[in-house]
Amino acid sequence: MAQRLRVRYAKRGRLRFTSHRDISRAVERAVRRADVPVAFSAGFSPHPRISYVGSAAPTGVASEAEYLEISVTRECDPGRFRAALDASLPPGLDVLDVVEAGGGSLADRLECSVWQVRLPGADPALAGAAVERFKAADRIEVERLTKKGIRRFDAREAVLSLDIAEGSETTAGQASSQSCVILRMVVRHAVPAVRPDDVLTGLRLVADFAPPSPPEVTRLAQGPLDSRTGAPADPLDLDRDMTRGGDTGPASEHAVGDL
Amino acid sequence: MPVESLFPRLEALLPRVQKPIQYVGGELNSTVKDWDEATVRWALMYPDAYEVGLPNQGVQILYEILNELPETLAERTYAVWPDLEALMRAEGVPQFTVDAHRPVRAFDVLGLSFSTELGYTNMLTALDLAGIPLLAGDRGDDDPIVLAGGHAAFNPEPIADFLDAAVLGDGEQIAIAITEVVREWKAEGSPGGRDELLMRLAESGGVYVPKFYDVEYHADGRIRRVAPNRPGVPWRVHKHTVMDLDEWPYPKRPLVPLAETVHERFSVEIFRGCTRGCRFCQAGMITRPVRERSITTIGDMVEAGVKASGFNEVGLLSLSSADHSEIGDIAKGLADRYEGTNTSLSLPSTRVDAFNIDLANEFSRNGRRSGLTFAPEGGSERMRKVINKMVTEEDLIRTVTTAYTQGWRQVKLYFMCGLPTEEDADVLGIADLARKVIKAGREATGSRDIRCTVSIGGFVPKPHTPFQWAAQADHETVDRRLKALKDTLRADKEYGRAIGMRYHDGKPSTVEGLLSRGDRRVGAVIRAVWEDGGRFDGWSEHFSYQRWMNSAEKAGVDVDWYTTREREENEVLPWDHLDAGLDREWLWQDWQDAINDVEVEDCRWTPCYDCGVCPTMGTEIQIGPTGKKLLPLTVV
Repeated sequence: MAQRLRVRYAKRGRLRFTSHRDISRAVERAVRRADVPVAFSAGFSPHPRISYVGSAAPTGVASEAEYLEISVTRECDPGRFRAALDASLPPGLDVLDVVEAGGGSLADRLECSVWQVRLPGADPALAGAAVERFKAADRIEVERLTKKGIRRFDAREAVLSLDIAEGSETTAGQASSQSCVILRMVVRHAVPAVRPDDVLTGLRLVADFAPPSPPEVTRLAQGPLDSRTGAPADPLDLDRDMTRGGDTGPASEHAVGDL
Repeated sequence: MPVESLFPRLEALLPRVQKPIQYVGGELNSTVKDWDEATVRWALMYPDAYEVGLPNQGVQILYEILNELPETLAERTYAVWPDLEALMRAEGVPQFTVDAHRPVRAFDVLGLSFSTELGYTNMLTALDLAGIPLLAGDRGDDDPIVLAGGHAAFNPEPIADFLDAAVLGDGEQIAIAITEVVREWKAEGSPGGRDELLMRLAESGGVYVPKFYDVEYHADGRIRRVAPNRPGVPWRVHKHTVMDLDEWPYPKRPLVPLAETVHERFSVEIFRGCTRGCRFCQAGMITRPVRERSITTIGDMVEAGVKASGFNEVGLLSLSSADHSEIGDIAKGLADRYEGTNTSLSLPSTRVDAFNIDLANEFSRNGRRSGLTFAPEGGSERMRKVINKMVTEEDLIRTVTTAYTQGWRQVKLYFMCGLPTEEDADVLGIADLARKVIKAGREATGSRDIRCTVSIGGFVPKPHTPFQWAAQADHETVDRRLKALKDTLRADKEYGRAIGMRYHDGKPSTVEGLLSRGDRRVGAVIRAVWEDGGRFDGWSEHFSYQRWMNSAEKAGVDVDWYTTREREENEVLPWDHLDAGLDREWLWQDWQDAINDVEVEDCRWTPCYDCGVCPTMGTEIQIGPTGKKLLPLTVV
């Protein structure tokens, strides 16, 4: 196998309704259309060597930071690879960054996520009070229906930070003066995973806070927890350091072929 | 008049439904055109769930052809699942297209493609959600023309009250012709309202407008006559036939969905029509004559389609794909082209002969030899003569044995139950055949690691076939025969475990029979079923036999009269005024031949037997060989 590439991609807008399986089919087809020299597994029914890293943003949740790894049979320039794959994917599935894999496991670097939760129509004052109650608690037991049935777990400890972000306001000028609250949270990846909807459940439990319309959730970033900022760092930086190249640098000299 | 996108309102509902991606559109190769720049706007509907409807070839072809026309726009709409239907009703969101999420009622034409009658209730849901009156007679000038096509449209009588119009046969040219009639009428300022538009469409004899025909009945319920009720309307409406498929190489840019669908492949029709003459097969009767697409056009379409879609499977479609005059060269040419690219080729293979195995071997060069399918259809030699499926037991055993010795481990055999003149012994013959297949296979391979699955469907007599006069077997009989077959296979210690059996109970076939050969009086049943909550009748988890029977009773419709009653030669059939080109006397003669076990050869290779289609329709058989070859793609 010539090379392994690490890809950061986004799912945006109406494509947030794609499931993980939908994305995986779309990527396989895009790879074929883009004529990327993807490696195939050996065996009875060969599959393209594409693996999805970390836990996928759920169906209905947008993301600016999903990751996959793809093996190619000849060396590719990450910048050109990014452009080719991005052009081939439907708009809304957008390739943001491609680096050549350095050592180590990317999955191990995805320690936490930043989530943004827009709550159209929610009252900022009530939301603020609920957030404070949430943060003041040591432990908040929530229930979620999983494949293994109803699970009960703590939604508090994994939440490293939870704030009402700027931009939350009563927007003047709009009909019926719709207010909108934007929550921003950094959540540590744990088992079972604590997801933004678990945090919303927590807010309901501690303060009886319930948004009037479906929340719009976006994963903004994921990566290793940077203790100075309390937020994730770019997980691909380590690969860039190791391979001294990548998307942001000049095209690698050893690149051959179209990509 | 600007039409706003419904998407913002729909979007708020999507987090609350299953598989929301099916409603968002944005498929690769889909088209969104400017509303105001179009003068004729089509909403195309496949009246089933998105996952079934999206891959439909008919809709994809018309979608592309119409969108290529100037000042013409086509968008698609599908049946929404009950979870979204409930939310749409609660929030007042009307039926929408998935392309630009425009309200279906704003379009000029709502074209529905009916592959099966079981989509009728879904049509009513869509009309109702769209805000279009269910009955054609209640519609006004602001409502679209509701137009049906597809195989079920060859007898649209059960849904005649809900339709403004129907077209028979190939849609490519007639869709364009209809577009031009609508355009002209609108340009003149829509004179005479929708009635005049329908009249202009009907006059040509190419579009059936049910309300321009009156049906009269005998006292005993049989139809006395069907006649035009105004001057200028032709007595019979004719089907459309596209000649020279090379001039219509669609789809060129196949739709690639984000959601998972039932066929994840790029399909190319390699020919239309079939003259094998299987008497149960409506498709074979109504799509005559055979018109082949040339090997070079097929090659070009496959190459362009794979490139435009990224699909890793290519399907070569037709009613009997191994019958293409150059199928061997097509198979070899494509296998050469795509060798080593992880692109697989598939052929719906149904013919029972050794040549089919050569093809299957060619298509499985990369080592996948899992299963092969053959369709002998009838369990006994006599039964196969009745249905004109000319396969001897010897042929079948030899073919299947060859498949096993060449490494195929699993063979699937398709049969039907409930065929005309069928007796218990004919169905038990399926067990006999399957045992012989396994026995011969074990002897030839020396291995016990081979399997045979028999898959059995219920037979439904269809309009425009020799069996249109036949009595349909009642579901008790079908279920009893299937149970006997199952018991026989289960009791077989020697071979039983190597034989699988797949089947459905006979009740859905009774409803399908009612809808297939029904007349206008059956419309009340469809409506009652729908009002009682009937949706997605093609899905076993949604289908309710009891609901259909209760509704029939309520509507005063005797289901047995429509299904299990044999018709006389001279009875006026509900579809007699709709012309598929088949000569009625020939059909009757073929029905008599069936009863007398007389077979008919394929007219591609033997003299014409006067089914009537070519002279009536002005068509001719178009087959190769062209002698041309597919070249391997050059690697850059």
